[in-house]
Amino acid sequence: METLEQIKARAEAAVPGAKLEIVVNASPSAQHSLLVDNAHAAAVARFLRDDGQLRLDYASNVSGVDWLDTVVKQTVKSKRLIDGVEKEIEETLEIKKPGYLEAVYHLYSTPLKHGPVILRLRTENRTDQARVPSLTPVWRGAEFQEREIFDLFGIVFDGHPDLRRILMWDGFQDHPMRKDYVEPDDYEYEPTPHDAVLERAKPHYAAEAKA
Amino acid sequence: MLGEAIIKGMAVTARNFLGSYVSDERLTTIQYPDERQSLSEAVRNFPFLVYDAGDWQKGLRCVACQICEKECPPKCIYIVKSKDKKPDYIGKPQLYPAIFDIDTSVCMSCQICVEVCPFDAIKMDTEFELSTADRFGGLLLHKDQLAKPNTYYHKIHPTEAGEVDARLAAEKAKVEAKAKADAEAKAKAAAAKPAPVLAAAAPGAAPSLAAKPA
Amino acid sequence: MSSTTVEPNSVAPGPTQVAPQADGTGVPSYSLAPKVTAAGAVEGELLEVSMGPQHPSTHGVFRMDVVLDGERVVKLKPVFGYLHRNHEKIGENTTYLASMPYTDRLDYFCSMTNNWAYALAVEKLAGLQVPERAEYLRVILAELTRLQNHASLGGFLLQDMGAMGTPLMYAFREREKILDLFESLSGARMMCNYMRFGGCRCDLPPGWVEQAKKVVNDFPGFLDEFETLLNENEILMARTQGVGLLPRALAISASVTGPMLRASGVNYDLRKVDKYGIYDRFDFRVPLGEHGDVYDRYMIRILEMRESLKILQQALRDLPEGSIIDPKAKLRGFRPKLGEAYGRIEAPKGELGFYLISDGSPNPYRYRVRAPSFINLTILEDMCLGHIVADAVIILGSVDIVLGEVDR
Repeated sequence: METLEQIKARAEAAVPGAKLEIVVNASPSAQHSLLVDNAHAAAVARFLRDDGQLRLDYASNVSGVDWLDTVVKQTVKSKRLIDGVEKEIEETLEIKKPGYLEAVYHLYSTPLKHGPVILRLRTENRTDQARVPSLTPVWRGAEFQEREIFDLFGIVFDGHPDLRRILMWDGFQDHPMRKDYVEPDDYEYEPTPHDAVLERAKPHYAAEAKA
Repeated sequence: MLGEAIIKGMAVTARNFLGSYVSDERLTTIQYPDERQSLSEAVRNFPFLVYDAGDWQKGLRCVACQICEKECPPKCIYIVKSKDKKPDYIGKPQLYPAIFDIDTSVCMSCQICVEVCPFDAIKMDTEFELSTADRFGGLLLHKDQLAKPNTYYHKIHPTEAGEVDARLAAEKAKVEAKAKADAEAKAKAAAAKPAPVLAAAAPGAAPSLAAKPA
Repeated sequence: MSSTTVEPNSVAPGPTQVAPQADGTGVPSYSLAPKVTAAGAVEGELLEVSMGPQHPSTHGVFRMDVVLDGERVVKLKPVFGYLHRNHEKIGENTTYLASMPYTDRLDYFCSMTNNWAYALAVEKLAGLQVPERAEYLRVILAELTRLQNHASLGGFLLQDMGAMGTPLMYAFREREKILDLFESLSGARMMCNYMRFGGCRCDLPPGWVEQAKKVVNDFPGFLDEFETLLNENEILMARTQGVGLLPRALAISASVTGPMLRASGVNYDLRKVDKYGIYDRFDFRVPLGEHGDVYDRYMIRILEMRESLKILQQALRDLPEGSIIDPKAKLRGFRPKLGEAYGRIEAPKGELGFYLISDGSPNPYRYRVRAPSFINLTILEDMCLGHIVADAVIILGSVDIVLGEVDR
């Protein structure tokens, strides 16, 4: 199979305007991935599926990943005039990197038996712009998996034919696989609570004692 | 001929049915409470605590290091460390569990507690007839219910228990040999200097154990 | 929902266009209003039936919302989640090792292959090597798992068709012998929790290989009996041939894997494609179906059992001595470096994959299970449309689902 750089170059040539970026994976698995811009994701996906050398017709795995907002502290030295004297001042800047949600597609080829080529789609943020284009029209196998990501992570897949909750029930509000998901306080008596379970159980003990 | 294969299939069924009267191979069921299958040695169900010779409180191998509590995937183990210490099998003073509870309604019999235990103190039991009418209390096993003698361990897992005993004995022998060598060295040093006391002190008597938790 | 990115002719192929597509084609053609003949007489109404979740044909707690025209299925929507316990969240909240016993509970028929898939993904993530003996043991156990899974699937499928008991009990009789092997090795019949990162947990007990050889040598006898009992059975053929057709192109597009995919004639077996473990050392073939109907899916499994037996014969013959775990692998305090890995194996039900992201902590940052029987259900509706309700039951049976894995 071609290297990821070659795939990137050919995809960018085939889909005008597409911006791809290689995401390096430092682990021994060395499964690097391609980050695709949302506007051209469907076209790039179709290229990967139909290209004669790639023929990635099998979307094996679609998974969501939640990356929280991160705050990076940076110390910046600057020179400023204070009382007519130039002084060097150190300032700590807090740079807030907005988090995002990611949909990761592991693609393989059944006729050519190669893979994986990993595609990543990113949402703009985790709140109001949690949208990526759906790749279900390209690979039907993504249908239930994208529904699952919508259900558990809250990514809206534009163009998905049937985007409903799949594992949680219809009236459910939150997205349980998000990192900041707070479990509901559904207390149940347990004989040996400890650690986190005990912390959650404590308020209920007090209530029972009062009653 | 239509139905030929069905007749052939019926012949297979008939062979199995009639065969069950003559061949044990074909008769695969047993009348359970009256007849019992022998369990294989590796069978595991719920954990128990091993104690050596004699008193279950003195001989408990567990030193309340809480590794199993931390590693247990469903978090069904609950340990409270003791305030005082008692000697372990080598003679080194160690803590012991003041409370050791296993909630068998949560335990999933994965054996990870056994694998991570550095003291060979927790092992898997083969007892499976544990039904009880008390959903919470009856399935919560305390230290006194969990403690079982090393002889019982030998009975249910003979090969494994033999290996563990050999390993522990080797460790003990190593420690004793070292203590003996140390004592001899000290004795030599003492012979050179006129000192009245020999230093090969045995560890103090076991501290009195706290009352068994209710 | 916007439909700007979708071109009309790019919709993935399907036998019918009933599922509503984003471009407006394939809008469901059913309505619950009474059907009226040209003369104006009422012909009949569509009937909505909720099959399940407590229904013996659903192999667990699984529901199908079916719309029927007479006895024909015009719409079928699977409803999941009755057994959902958020396995992936549990995996992210525990250590790498502590997830291993939880994987047993995914597809509770095949805990050995679940263990292997997870161990494989972690080994890729952490760069661990597996000793040769452990590789052989893994192959032996995975193929034994495949035997017992396919045998019981044959029984369950026949049970769905109305062959109450007999084939299933014969299959379970054989399965029991394999479970006895698992028990004497790992201590548990179904929740084996046997594999570890970089190897296996314990070595074989004395006499195990002989016992396994006996099971493997006796198994063809059972298969012959099973095939005599069923293969040419007129009722079986009438019920399964031409039912639940899954065309090749749709099977690939819908990410169908395992025996389902191969029954549709696609030569894609991960044991041959990825050659994970040491599968390149064994001589075996990949059986392929021609029609992609329920009968092919049943036959593929029978043939795969025969091939598994070949692998088992070779593996048990060549089993080397040696250590069973990578000395670098640590049981406690296991922290892989930053990065991610996707590991997959050919589980009896299809491609079972684990996608792990490590942030250097003892717990995985992301732990994802690619469950084969969940994704194989994508095309359940396409296969069932136009068939009668009783056929929908056997089509579902031929997919081979286990709800522990579907709902996770």
